[in-house]
Amino acid sequence: MRYTVDPGLYALGKPGPADSVLVTANYKLSFDALRAALPGRNAWILVVDTKGINVWCAAGKGTFGTDEVVARVQACGLHHVVSHRTLILPQLSAPGVAARQVKTHTGFTALFGPVDARDLPAYLDAGHKATKAMRRKKFPLRERLELIPVELVHSLKWAGIIATVFFVLGGFLDEGPFWISASRAALGPATALLGGIAAGAVSTPVLLPWLPGRAFTTKGLWAGAILAGAALPFIGPKLSGALETVSWGCGVLAVSAFLAMNFTGASTYTSLSGVRREMRWAVPLEVVLFAIFAGLWLYSRLVST
Amino acid sequence: MIGRFVYLKDVVTLQLDPEKCVGCGFCTDVCPHGVFVRENGSIRIAFRDACMECGACARNCPADAIRVRTGVGCAQAVIHSMIGRSGEGCCSLDSGCC
Repeated sequence: MRYTVDPGLYALGKPGPADSVLVTANYKLSFDALRAALPGRNAWILVVDTKGINVWCAAGKGTFGTDEVVARVQACGLHHVVSHRTLILPQLSAPGVAARQVKTHTGFTALFGPVDARDLPAYLDAGHKATKAMRRKKFPLRERLELIPVELVHSLKWAGIIATVFFVLGGFLDEGPFWISASRAALGPATALLGGIAAGAVSTPVLLPWLPGRAFTTKGLWAGAILAGAALPFIGPKLSGALETVSWGCGVLAVSAFLAMNFTGASTYTSLSGVRREMRWAVPLEVVLFAIFAGLWLYSRLVST
Repeated sequence: MIGRFVYLKDVVTLQLDPEKCVGCGFCTDVCPHGVFVRENGSIRIAFRDACMECGACARNCPADAIRVRTGVGCAQAVIHSMIGRSGEGCCSLDSGCC
């Protein structure tokens, strides 16, 4: 499936020279959200080339930028199409677009509309006025849920590779037939990885506002600890002893903390300075937890044989 | 405060120069987290910790009164840039928007 729209000027309904010009990215979902937000209205949609990236990310990268907007306005001959001189841009393009420079170079006044396309009808009807609420980027549960599948696919792939390593190692290190010892040895690591993923890539996004701490890693550690505590009565008896149980717990925490930390990129409110500060302590902690996870698992195999 | 997320305390690089500020309020329009407020025709940073350093305010300030080191708050992008890989998807520090 193609997720890009050809850049250029599109007509929504039957627009005339007096109708509004709305600017958006050439990411299909951005374009569709804009169209869907304006049922029964006539407007011009100016699609700028953001290489198929959504508005906010493209603005951050600079592809949804002043130069591209200026070039697209000129390339489409917008001066001849509409009689007014106003462009309405998504508010989230503001990190990339300097409104006054668009005005200087094209003669069009660039207005920043609401964050969410769904608020456009109200914004237009109010005469280009956005309420405070329309100007805020929120991060509701629905949006957080939408992000989970991508995180899951990515992390499960890695977990599969890592679990296979534990499986093969376990098969050689433990006594007995390969498949039986491999399955027994891999049970702890495999469930720890899955538990960590459930806590870090599912519970953390869902429970984000309620998990304690500001740093995402802290939230991930809480989610991991809660999940580990709940799962231990079921998993614990199947593990070979105290060492492997500690290894298992550290595995859940390491994976959960790491995935929660990575969720900063998908969230809507983290700063680069903040993420750097968080990573200064979070990455070493995650490395240590993972080392204890793998180390104790290995140690318990080597001393038992 | 429900639905309002706040990240770490006292970490962002956002600075407003009150000498240069003309009080136009454009920053209050473009900021997605309500960091700035306008009172009696002048602007102040009311909610600094909510800033995500996107740079929308600085780019659109007509008086060049706002300074912020912009970037994307994404741990994966930081890791990628540390190991010398340029970012994938929307996670890239090489955004060149500073």
